[in-house]
Amino acid sequence: MSDGPAPASALQEFRDNLLAVPGRIVATAFRSGRPVTDRARSSFVFGNVFLHLHAARTHRWSLRWATTAGLGIASVAAFLITLVTGVMLMFYYKPYTDVAYDSIKDIHFVVPTGRFMRNIHRWAANIMVVTVILHMARAFYTAAYRAPREFNWLIGLALLVTTLGLSFTGYLLPWDQLAYWAITIGANIAQSPREVTDAIGITATFDIGGLQRMLLLGSDIVGEEALIRFYLLHVMLLPLVIAALMAVHFWRVRKDGGLTKPADVNARMGPAPSDVYPVFSEMPAKTYHLAAVVKGRSPAVDGGPEQTVPSMPHLFYAELGVTMLTLFVCTALAMVSDAPLKELANPMVPENPAKAPWYFLGLQELVAFSAFMGGIGIPMIVLVGLGLIPYLDREREGTGDWCGGPGGWPLVQRSIAFGFSASLIVETIVIRYGWLREWFPDIPQLVITAVNPGTVITAIYAAYSLWLVRRYNSTRAGALGLFTCFLCGFVVLTVIGTYFRGPNWQFYWSPSDWPGH
Amino acid sequence: MTVKPGTPVSRLDPEQIPRRDALGLLSLWSMATALLFATVGMLRLPKAAVLASPSKKVKVQLPETLADGEPFVPPGRSMAVFRQAGQVYAISTVCTHLGCIVKASAGGFACPCHGSEFEADGTVRKGPAPRPLDWLEVSTSGGALVVNEGATVKPGTKVNV
Repeated sequence: MSDGPAPASALQEFRDNLLAVPGRIVATAFRSGRPVTDRARSSFVFGNVFLHLHAARTHRWSLRWATTAGLGIASVAAFLITLVTGVMLMFYYKPYTDVAYDSIKDIHFVVPTGRFMRNIHRWAANIMVVTVILHMARAFYTAAYRAPREFNWLIGLALLVTTLGLSFTGYLLPWDQLAYWAITIGANIAQSPREVTDAIGITATFDIGGLQRMLLLGSDIVGEEALIRFYLLHVMLLPLVIAALMAVHFWRVRKDGGLTKPADVNARMGPAPSDVYPVFSEMPAKTYHLAAVVKGRSPAVDGGPEQTVPSMPHLFYAELGVTMLTLFVCTALAMVSDAPLKELANPMVPENPAKAPWYFLGLQELVAFSAFMGGIGIPMIVLVGLGLIPYLDREREGTGDWCGGPGGWPLVQRSIAFGFSASLIVETIVIRYGWLREWFPDIPQLVITAVNPGTVITAIYAAYSLWLVRRYNSTRAGALGLFTCFLCGFVVLTVIGTYFRGPNWQFYWSPSDWPGH
Repeated sequence: MTVKPGTPVSRLDPEQIPRRDALGLLSLWSMATALLFATVGMLRLPKAAVLASPSKKVKVQLPETLADGEPFVPPGRSMAVFRQAGQVYAISTVCTHLGCIVKASAGGFACPCHGSEFEADGTVRKGPAPRPLDWLEVSTSGGALVVNEGATVKPGTKVNV
């Protein structure tokens, strides 16, 4: 049907319809029309499959820079960048041990824009690790994990693990020296439960470590089977997992009532400047009564819509801004710094020192104390501890405030001092005086597995945290101390692993002190 | 509902589950069981039944000039073969910590990855390695030495040649 007077003939109508096609395609794609009224802006959000994970209106508190620093969106942006550049790299990469290295060299030196794509892919992956960790710290320090967001904190932890898994499987693919020895070490960490089963003598009947290694490598040696498995994990399995987890994560952010807000947020924000944000210039088509029926935590409950602004454009423009900033940082870094490519994998000679990328060097420092505790035990303890936080801290004080809760910022400052000194003192003892094996050469392995510098630091942090719970009579205070210590320990171990470990993983003040080969 | 209307039924009374509900529950649980078994069965696929790894038996020709207690590393192999007082033995150079290749010298072995150090007989001197280096099975076949990387022997086992 066409508007206006009836056409003279069917041919005339055909011509009119043909001319109207472009406009009608746009109109049918965006049925709500131009988002110029509040009503059209709402329809713009919930009428679009990609946007409707967002609420139609966003609280003004959520749009403050200091609420999130945009870290979650930056992580998503970095992920999307790795997704696009990763698909580009798949045009040329070949996951076979005899040609993998050459194909990466081709990408780096021959393929048009290949080096640029690979650099962006590598930098976006690094930035994703950073932003995911910082995003977790933001959620922790603003107590955003509290009810009703406990489960989303767990989803977030799963996303952190998947992100690290994607990074690990990614740097294995070039099949250079870094890749080969990282696979070897990773597979042997998977096998390290043998350290315990050997010590208690049940490996012959119950060899969970050997099974894990076999499943990872698909063989008893690091070779073609291993490479194709890590390739499968990197380009298919883990991206599917992370995409599913991300969908649940975002969905729950919205269903749990948007971002965390302090209880007195409306009083703090003051009245909305009505000249800047027109509120309900007409009656909404979707009633907020319906939203209120769903559950007492839906966005419009408790606050009234006066404190919210339409997500289109306010939220989306902020998200686009963060995305553009992330893309800019990735491309800028990609222009000034190339992704590394070491020598072709040599199964006879590991590099000396053989170092993982920076985000795993803290872990490498830990496995240099004990393979099982450093590679599996302590990471599991940390993950379980982080996962328990929202279920143990059921308090309300300080939700939505940075370092909120009993103790506050002074407690965090003291915990930073404690976290750094405890890990530095233990490290100093190890580096200066050695550990149990040097003092008592015949000591059983099980004792070293249980009591090594890594577990000692963990135990000190846990004891400090329990003391804080008693001292402040608050679980939140203990959590603040523990999380801060955990971050400090991560930094100390990573810095030592990165800058102060040389050949044979010995301590050196500077690489210029390293002995010549 | 197969329960007759008017019959007083407590929802807490387990004997009063209507037949249709019981069948529904049964079908749900059978589906869950089937999915569980399907998943376990699928996990059998990635566990390879045949391993495509090269032969572990290596023929070794020791150099005539090899001094007593000096390591000889056959090209492309991760083992060190020693001659001592007319006897021969072989020690694996795969670190028992996380599988890096240790560097063999007359005084012992050192690992570049995480700093484990071993004595000349393979026992742990220092570092995170949980157990001594493996001693490998050495045999003679037609006058040639054969070392089996896949078979370990008790530390201290030396072979007369």
